[in-house]
Amino acid sequence: MVDTAISSAGIERGRATQSRLKAWRGRKSTIAFFMTLPLIVLIAGLVLYPALYAIHLATLNKRMTEFVGLKNFTFLFTRETFWMVVKQSCIFALTAVAFKALLGFIIAHLVHNVPVNKQRRWRGMLLIPWVIPAAMSTLAWLWLFDPSHSAFNWLLEKVGVSPVPWIGDAYWARFCVILVNVWIGSPFFMIMYLAALKSVPEQLYEAAKIDGATWWQTMRYVTLPMMRNIIAITALFSTIVTFANFDIVRVLTRGDPLDKTHVFATWAFRVGIEGGDIPLGASVSLFMVPILTIGAILILRDINRRGNES
Amino acid sequence: MTTITSRAPAATRAAPKYGSMKNERLWALRWSYFFLTLFVIFFLTPPVYMLITSLKGSREISSLENPWWVFNPTLENYRELIFSPQFQTFFINSSLVAVIVVTTTMLISVPAAFALSRMKFWGSATLATGVFLTYLIPETLLFIPLFKMMAVFNDLTGIQVLNKWWVNLILYPTLTVPFCTWIMIGYFASIPKELDEAAIIDGATWMQTLTKIFIPVALPGLIAATIFAFTVSWAQFLYPLAFTTSTDQLVLPVGIITTLIKGDVFNWGQIMTGALLGAAPPLILYAFLMDYYIAGLTAGATKG
Repeated sequence: MVDTAISSAGIERGRATQSRLKAWRGRKSTIAFFMTLPLIVLIAGLVLYPALYAIHLATLNKRMTEFVGLKNFTFLFTRETFWMVVKQSCIFALTAVAFKALLGFIIAHLVHNVPVNKQRRWRGMLLIPWVIPAAMSTLAWLWLFDPSHSAFNWLLEKVGVSPVPWIGDAYWARFCVILVNVWIGSPFFMIMYLAALKSVPEQLYEAAKIDGATWWQTMRYVTLPMMRNIIAITALFSTIVTFANFDIVRVLTRGDPLDKTHVFATWAFRVGIEGGDIPLGASVSLFMVPILTIGAILILRDINRRGNES
Repeated sequence: MTTITSRAPAATRAAPKYGSMKNERLWALRWSYFFLTLFVIFFLTPPVYMLITSLKGSREISSLENPWWVFNPTLENYRELIFSPQFQTFFINSSLVAVIVVTTTMLISVPAAFALSRMKFWGSATLATGVFLTYLIPETLLFIPLFKMMAVFNDLTGIQVLNKWWVNLILYPTLTVPFCTWIMIGYFASIPKELDEAAIIDGATWMQTLTKIFIPVALPGLIAATIFAFTVSWAQFLYPLAFTTSTDQLVLPVGIITTLIKGDVFNWGQIMTGALLGAAPPLILYAFLMDYYIAGLTAGATKG
C-alpha cells in the first residue's frame, strides 16, 4: 500500500488488482450457486422431501388409498408392543451411551498414560471394532452367543458356571444387544476423549500438582471442565446414532425373543417393509424425531457457543 | 516393558528425592498396560474368533472340544466362498457401489464445501448448518418414505429401481455427502485467506483456486473424507436390506447374512469366513491409513 501511494505505476497496479477482485466477487454468487447445486438437489430431494413425505404417509391407511388422520398413531398407542419398543429404545440408547462414554473415558486415560511413541499402536488396536462393518462384527457376536455352541459358555463351564441363555432370554438378550453396541461404539468415544485429553495444557496439571491437588481434585477441577465440551458433544452425537440403531438388533436378535429387544428402527422395518404396512412403519419411525430434534438442537447450541467464544 | 523397567532405576539414581514418585509412576504405567491389554482382548475377541472359526471344517465346528483353538486348520471355507459365483457377485456389487458412491460423493461435496467455506453468498451460512443437520438425520428415519418414493417412481416411469443393485447409488450419497461436505468445510475454513487472495490477484479462476490450492493443501482432509465415504458405503446394511432382495442384486454384508443363513441352518464356518472377507477391505484400508482415519473421526464432531 505504501508504494501505491508514492508511484503512479503503483496506483495503476493497485487499481487493476482492485477491479479484478471486484469483478471476481461479482461473478462469485452465480458460480457458488452452481457449485452447491448438486448438494442442494440431493438434500432437498433425498432427505428433506422423504422426511416430509414420511409425515404424509403416516396419515394414510394401510393400502394408502385414503387419509385417516392420526389413526395410525392412536392405533400404535393401544398396542403393547409399541410401548415395549419405546421403553426398550430408551433403555438401549441411554445405557449404551453411558457405558460407551465411561469405557471410552477410562481407555482414553489409559492410552494417555502410555509413553507417546507407544500410543499409536494401542490406539490402532483399540479402534478396530469401529472399523469393521457393524453387521459383520455382530455376526461374530451372534456366533459367540450361539445357544448350543457358545464359546463364552464353554469358558464359563470350565470355571464351573452354568451356561447363560445369551440371546434366548429377554433380559440377557437386552444385555447382549447393549454389550455389542458398547463394543462397537466405545472406540469412537476413546478417540474423541483422547484428542480432548491431549488438548489440556500441561501447565494446568503442573499448577494443580504444585498446589497439592489430589488425583480426584485434578480430575474434578482440571480434566473434566477442560473436556466438558467434547464429552457433551460426543455423547449427544452417539445418543442420536444409538437411538436410531438398526444393524445390531437386526442381526443379533431380529427383535426376538417375543419382540422384547425391538428398537424403533427394527420395528419400523418389521412393520413397514416386511409387514407391508408402509404408513404404520412410517408412523413408528417418526417417533424417533423428538429425540433427534432435542439432540440436534443441543449440539447446534453447543457449536454456536463455541463459535462465539473463539 | 523392558526398556521402561531398565530406564527407571537410572532415573531414580539421578533424582533420589523423588524415588517414591517415580516408583508410583512406574506402577501406574504397569497398571495401564495391564488394563489396556484386557481391553484389547475384549475388543479383539470377535474378529479373532471369526478368524478361528473360518479356519475350521464343519465337523470341528459342531464338535464339543475347545472352540477357541483350531485343531485341524483348513482353507476349505475360503476356497468355497471365493470360488462361488454368488459370493463373487456380492463382492462385485459392493465394490461397484462403493467406488461409484465415493466418486460422486467427492464430486458433489468438495465444490460445495469450497463454495460454502469461501464464497459467502446469500443463504450460505444457513445451508452449511443445513448440511450439518442432514448429517444428523439417520437412515432409519428415511428408508420407509424412500422405499415408497422408489415404488411410485417405478409406477410413473416404468423404470425398475427397486431390487436393482444400483438403487444404492442413489441412496448412499444421502449418508456420505452431508458428512464429507461438513468435514471439508472445516478443513477448507482452516486454510489461511491470504493464500486464495494471492491466487485471485494473480488471475486464477475459482476452479483453479480450488484445484491448484485448496485440494493440495487440504489433501489430508480429502483423504479422510474419502476413506470415510468408502467405509460407510461398504458397511451400509439397512438400505440394501430393504431395497434389494434378489440374490444377484445384493451387496456383500446383506448377501452374507441372507444367503448363508438358511432358516435355522447356520453354516458358521462359511458365515465367519464371509464376515471376515466382508470386513477385510475397510480393515486393510485402515491398516495403511490409520492416521487419516482418526483425523476424519475427530474432525467430524469437533470442527464447528
